[in-house]
Amino acid sequence: MVCCTSSRRRFFGLVAGGAGVFALAALPGAVFAAVPGDRRFVVVLLRGALDGMAAVAPVGDPLYQEKRGALALKSPGDGGGTIALDRFFALHPSLAAIEPYYRRGELLFVHAAANGYRTRSHFDAQDLMESGLTAKEGESDGWLNRAIVLLQGGDRARLGLAVGGAVPLILRGKAEVASWEPRGIGTLDSDLIAALKPIYARDSLFGPALAEGIKAQVFSNAVLGDEAMGKGMGFGPKAFAALADAAGKLIAAPNGPRIAALDMGGWDTHVNQGAETGRLAQNLEGFAAGLDALAKAMGPAWRKTAVVAVTEFGRTVAVNGNNGTDHGTASVLFIMGGAVRGGRVAGDWPGLAKLQDDRDLHMTTDSRAVMKAVLRDHFGVDRKALDTRIFPATAGLRPFDGLLRA
Amino acid sequence: MVIMVASAVLDAVTASTRFGYVARGDELRTIAADPRRWVLHQVERPETPAFPADLPPSSRMVEMLLEMRRDKQQVDRKAYNQQVRAGYLAELAARQNAAVASSTPFVERLVHFWSNHFTVSAFRPFERGFAFAFEREAIRPHVTGRFVDMLLAVGRHPAMLLYLDNALSIGPDSLVGQRRDKGINENFGREMLELHTIGVDGGYTQADVDALADILTGWSVARLNDAEPGTFKFYPQIHEPGRKRLLGKVYTEAGEQEGIAALRDLAAHPATAHHIAFKLARHFIADEPPTAEVDRIARVFRSTDGDLAAVSRAVVASAAAWSRPFSKVRTPDDMVIAACRATGFTPPTPMLAFSLRTLNQMPFFAPSPAGWPDDAAHWISPEAVLHRAEWCEAFSNRVPNPPDPIELASATLGEALPADTLQAIRRAPSRRTGMALLLAAPEFQRR
Repeated sequence: MVCCTSSRRRFFGLVAGGAGVFALAALPGAVFAAVPGDRRFVVVLLRGALDGMAAVAPVGDPLYQEKRGALALKSPGDGGGTIALDRFFALHPSLAAIEPYYRRGELLFVHAAANGYRTRSHFDAQDLMESGLTAKEGESDGWLNRAIVLLQGGDRARLGLAVGGAVPLILRGKAEVASWEPRGIGTLDSDLIAALKPIYARDSLFGPALAEGIKAQVFSNAVLGDEAMGKGMGFGPKAFAALADAAGKLIAAPNGPRIAALDMGGWDTHVNQGAETGRLAQNLEGFAAGLDALAKAMGPAWRKTAVVAVTEFGRTVAVNGNNGTDHGTASVLFIMGGAVRGGRVAGDWPGLAKLQDDRDLHMTTDSRAVMKAVLRDHFGVDRKALDTRIFPATAGLRPFDGLLRA
Repeated sequence: MVIMVASAVLDAVTASTRFGYVARGDELRTIAADPRRWVLHQVERPETPAFPADLPPSSRMVEMLLEMRRDKQQVDRKAYNQQVRAGYLAELAARQNAAVASSTPFVERLVHFWSNHFTVSAFRPFERGFAFAFEREAIRPHVTGRFVDMLLAVGRHPAMLLYLDNALSIGPDSLVGQRRDKGINENFGREMLELHTIGVDGGYTQADVDALADILTGWSVARLNDAEPGTFKFYPQIHEPGRKRLLGKVYTEAGEQEGIAALRDLAAHPATAHHIAFKLARHFIADEPPTAEVDRIARVFRSTDGDLAAVSRAVVASAAAWSRPFSKVRTPDDMVIAACRATGFTPPTPMLAFSLRTLNQMPFFAPSPAGWPDDAAHWISPEAVLHRAEWCEAFSNRVPNPPDPIELASATLGEALPADTLQAIRRAPSRRTGMALLLAAPEFQRR
């Protein structure tokens, strides 16, 4: 309220015992846990259902132009700015910021991917995408949290980080996670904190949250300094880059968290979706700018990083009555990072001749196979834990081989 | 005798905190005379807030939107945006003041509950100009009336028809649909089933979504060359003709009446009663309410044909809704209203807007048609707790002539405030810090 007169530095100084210049080494105890090989993993949740056929267009499919109608992208070289990925697939022109990663072999796409469930409700589908289940069972924890429980062992230190405010379901569960968002009201008096601590300690919800909040703030202030202060998150596609930049810096820091989740919305393009330009194009541009910012923020740690961007379901192949698309089935996965064996479009293309329910792209890859592969190849999680604990009852679902560099 | 009185005061704290926002002045003593009666009485005699006379009706704001879109001149767009921004702040202040000043705060809470149930969101920017008016016109008149009337008012309101794209949905076999390559938009039909009525587990299929979307084609908004621009209008020329089958029932071609019949049937569907009962129980009892309570409220919904006064009374009658300590966490919006009510101070509107935005709950900016979450897990994270404490401190620093925090504690939470919290407030280095401690205390943050 008394906006913009930040006293976070002062707040930090008092909490950390008056140290004028704060360094991570001065932190009281280990704040964050370590993982095998010091690797990083980021999951980006694209909420609202990304149209995978718009992001990575199957321009080589003989039925593509006909079935997509007004929303079809022009083929590469036809003046629309579409970027050829191979002879069959082309990247949306608004994703140009991530093309260099593809050329360097640090980005691959898995097309016709979905999450193994059948629902066209955003809210159910997001819950299932995050819980890692295929049917509603009163989801209360997320698959990424279950993975963190396994990776951090008995260590109470945080391994996970929620970027952007509220902790999403994917990171909720037994393992405590840190959270960070780019805005603050700006004042917090040390007297008040000191008085609140014992009062909050009694409350099972507020007590741990306050304790963790103080620790995490000390950490994020140390890493991000003043630059994150007063930066409004705002709305719309441009807000994502600021979040992604902060996420990158925080998980790249030497003793920072290692596994992060962040959200980007704006994908529910029922109306005026646009083709090369328009509403979806703007969102894609913000998304690509964010991925680029994330990679650049990570510096050398990018080499040890895998990022997976996933959406709750795809959109209809055909255009609806409002130059948009409705809720569908399969979409596309983005897998990016220095640890990724990229430069290709993976997954089996189901074709457009036969559609799911006569409207949607069929699923050929269950995205959980990709998540399993990252957890196995990046963090050494064994198959049994993947099949029973992280994604329960999925013994028949093999990890997607060959995603990461050996 | 003394013990009875003490428990009556505690029940008064529950009545004012859980069903209202927070007690003011010496209200607790009045409420303690009969806490349940105090809550129930509000349903019988809801106070109509004194809204400023110059708040425009939604029709005027929708008309302005249509004019701006027609003209497409940069200068018009700019003027329009400025007017909408100013209008948003005026509406925000009016809504806040209504909740802060109300003598029937239970009714205000119900208004906010229902407008969240039927979310329209300025995440789609065009909604900004008339989202508050939607609440005044389609929600508020019905919170103690009948669910079916609210459903019809919402379903036929331009704010909803625009938000969920129905205004643009065109039956492919309609007159217009045959000439132009336009078609159905199923968004409204889907959310109507999933969120507004029978719920995601209500037993519907994609075919039902399609059928309801077909039924509702033609429900749109009067354009500038129509008689009353910006109001509901049915356009027969875009209505999908023919029989439709929704949830096993066949609707024969009846134009606009088809949608009315379908909404009436959806309002009377047993799954709707259960869905609404669950959400009310989640709001007034616990994040995970007892099944027996949900079933009981649902039965009242069904046996009274969705009489929301009776349904609200059934919620109040729940013993679980009177349990302590408070299990629900206030949403940020709730916390801000309670702090303003308790202290009698409401910050200037731009500051109020900044607060709500920073706390992640800007009214009518819910991230999706599902509205704001109503569970603690969503709202309490390490960052959020710090932000709340920061806000309480900043707010306390702004209150002119801060009251004695001990008196304020006793007037709002009475015996519900534990001794050590009271002790901490007593030891606070200043009145303002004491007030910040009270507002940030878990007992104030919960309801």
